[in-house]
Amino acid sequence: MYRIDFNKLRFLICDDNPHMRRILRTLLHSFGAREVYEAEDGATALEMYTHYVPDIVITDWSMPIFDGLELAQMIRQPESKGNPYAPIIMLTGHSEKRRVTVARDAGVTEFLAKPISAKGLYQRIMNVVANPRPFIKTKTYFGPDRRRNTTNTYIGPERRGSGEVEILQQPSLLEKARSAI
Amino acid sequence: MAKDNSKDKPGSIEIKSFGTHHVITQPNPLRKMLLRVPESDLDDPVGRAEKALAGLSGEFKEWMTIEADRLSAAHATVLREGFSDKTRDELFRAAHDIKGDAATFGYPSAAAAAESLCRIIEHAPDLSAVPPQLIAHHINAVQAIVRNRTKLDTAVVAGVLSKQLRGIADEFLTHANRDRPEHLEAILAPSIAPGE
Repeated sequence: MYRIDFNKLRFLICDDNPHMRRILRTLLHSFGAREVYEAEDGATALEMYTHYVPDIVITDWSMPIFDGLELAQMIRQPESKGNPYAPIIMLTGHSEKRRVTVARDAGVTEFLAKPISAKGLYQRIMNVVANPRPFIKTKTYFGPDRRRNTTNTYIGPERRGSGEVEILQQPSLLEKARSAI
Repeated sequence: MAKDNSKDKPGSIEIKSFGTHHVITQPNPLRKMLLRVPESDLDDPVGRAEKALAGLSGEFKEWMTIEADRLSAAHATVLREGFSDKTRDELFRAAHDIKGDAATFGYPSAAAAAESLCRIIEHAPDLSAVPPQLIAHHINAVQAIVRNRTKLDTAVVAGVLSKQLRGIADEFLTHANRDRPEHLEAILAPSIAPGE
């Protein structure tokens, strides 16, 4: 059995609603987290993301000016100076399936529909800590592999081509980002 | 299939390049945060967090009143200035926050009424053509549910009220979007929000 050592994890939460930030902070501190940074809009969150290099980002979707979807897109810039690989958990009142697809296509790692529960949040955090997915980079997408399941019975068009495999090794961008502070 | 040698060189990223895409794998930087514990481990972080949340519940009534008043204020601005991008967005955000928060605060029927209002704002083809009473009834319902929650008989009434509002709103939206299939599909799709 595994559990998460929360006191080593650094969180950034972004929500324009102060009550929801308080709830999130309470839940994360109760899990054992000590480092929880808060932003009330996407622009501030992006600045804090670069400055504090959080391990996990938890963001609302609907916010004024610069929303959670745009925040995810800004973080998922493969050429950015910051770490483009950090897990992003989208915590939102949007509860339509099509929203999940839009969030996924913006590079969001996990989607958690409100109302929030301690169990739901813990499960999402456990998922991103224990089971990170590889990242996919195409002309139009950079983010966690959107295919969570592998199946041999798929019979639709294949969006990804195959071709020759070329393997490149690069230093971890997370380490680079952290050493740059 | 290429060899996964990410474990051989800790701290390095492996990129497999294909015709149309790259698959990027990096050693899990959060793996060191996972602790192996015996089955007998009694630590219960979820239970601890639920208790902490319950400890906040004394403040929920006040928070909910603030949220409901923000919604009423946004509605008053719409009545005074009409719908613009700004007034629409503020009304939507106020309703959307209640939709997301109210169940956590112990007001699930207020969340349902707010969700119904969000659907109207999001899917009505022309907000100025929405009967003003339909919007006003949603605002009043949220206020009534929040103000009267301490009365023992109000939970059932609040549930019925929210369901009726949702029925009327859905009927309006279905008719108003009869020629907009993408909106109809969104309106009729089931919610993915966790149940109560």
